[in-house]
Amino acid sequence: MKPINQKAWWLVLPVVICVAFSAVLPLMTVVNYSVQDIISPERRVFVGTEWFAAVMRDEELHAALWRQLTFSLAVLAVEIPLGIALALSMPARGWRASLVLVLVALSLLIPWNVVGTIWQIYGRADIGLLGAALAWLGVDYSYTGDATDAWITVLAMDVWHWTPLVALLCYAGLRSIPDAYYQAARIDGASRLAVFRYIQLPKLRGVLMIAVLLRFMDSFMIYTEPFVLTGGGPGNATTFLSQYLTQKAVGQFDLGPAAAFSLIYFLIILLLCFILYNWMQRVGTADREGAGHE
Amino acid sequence: MFAWMVWTTPVAVFFCCIALMLVGMTVWEIKAPTVSRKGFLPIATTRGDRLFIGLLAAAYINLGFIGLAGKLAEWLSLAQEPSIWISFVVSMAVLALILRRG
Repeated sequence: MKPINQKAWWLVLPVVICVAFSAVLPLMTVVNYSVQDIISPERRVFVGTEWFAAVMRDEELHAALWRQLTFSLAVLAVEIPLGIALALSMPARGWRASLVLVLVALSLLIPWNVVGTIWQIYGRADIGLLGAALAWLGVDYSYTGDATDAWITVLAMDVWHWTPLVALLCYAGLRSIPDAYYQAARIDGASRLAVFRYIQLPKLRGVLMIAVLLRFMDSFMIYTEPFVLTGGGPGNATTFLSQYLTQKAVGQFDLGPAAAFSLIYFLIILLLCFILYNWMQRVGTADREGAGHE
Repeated sequence: MFAWMVWTTPVAVFFCCIALMLVGMTVWEIKAPTVSRKGFLPIATTRGDRLFIGLLAAAYINLGFIGLAGKLAEWLSLAQEPSIWISFVVSMAVLALILRRG
């Protein structure tokens, strides 16, 4: 097999220097924090792996991790199919296409904390449209009192906020498919489903990979919206990992455990992104090989 | 200048090892460019991929051991929790295995 030429890596050197300053040095500091009990900058005690042990055995952290994983998987399960469906139903050209694009992109322009506030009002039974409508229908709904309602509201809010991103990415992917493919499918008498399965979906693989990674990482680090909407409650029902981390670091000022937890959080994201990336690369390679054999 | 980073010797040693590893891998790469190959891992990997996977696996082994050390002491009726040097040696063995045969 031919060796791979790696000289192009030198071109990323400026980025490496910037990242070193903005990310690597702070990360090194976090590692230092994670092995010490810092009472004040002058008074600190080396504690070894004690904070890691405390964090790894923390039942509340385990619960927050499961909540987070369930939430992120639910986000992907809803937003990816919905985004694809939305992109497929959007007009391809003309003034309607421009109008729909602007309308779809609107929610992406709203800052996170405003999204939280919008949904906070929207879900209230006394002044909010959603809350009042559900109350009128006789549905017992309260995102501040019921854990399931709160969880579903946070999920609905994320879907409302971010599905347009998936839709826009898929829309761009769909527009890049040459007409020749559709013409060939028409000649073969392919059904709408077959066109989607064998032309559109494989061609969307690249943008879908970006969408899955972006949505997974973003939802895994979600903080502002649930913080504004539910404050992590009721109880701990919507306390996701980053909020739990903030409670530890800023609320209780436990810098050591918070640093240890940050590193574990970092490792989890690194592993999951690595698995997702490789899985999607593999699906792509299998598709290309399959196409080659046909 | 770097006082705000509250350095400790073990962390400094750790990052020196990482830096040396990166320099070593770069020199190795220049002298003998890597070839993507398939070992026992489910994907074809280059040398850098295997180092990344190996280091990630090593981190998880150490974390898992720290998390389970209390339970291990209970199950094996040990007077105190087992030393983390055990997981360190195991993780380095796993790293070497992945680098060599992954």
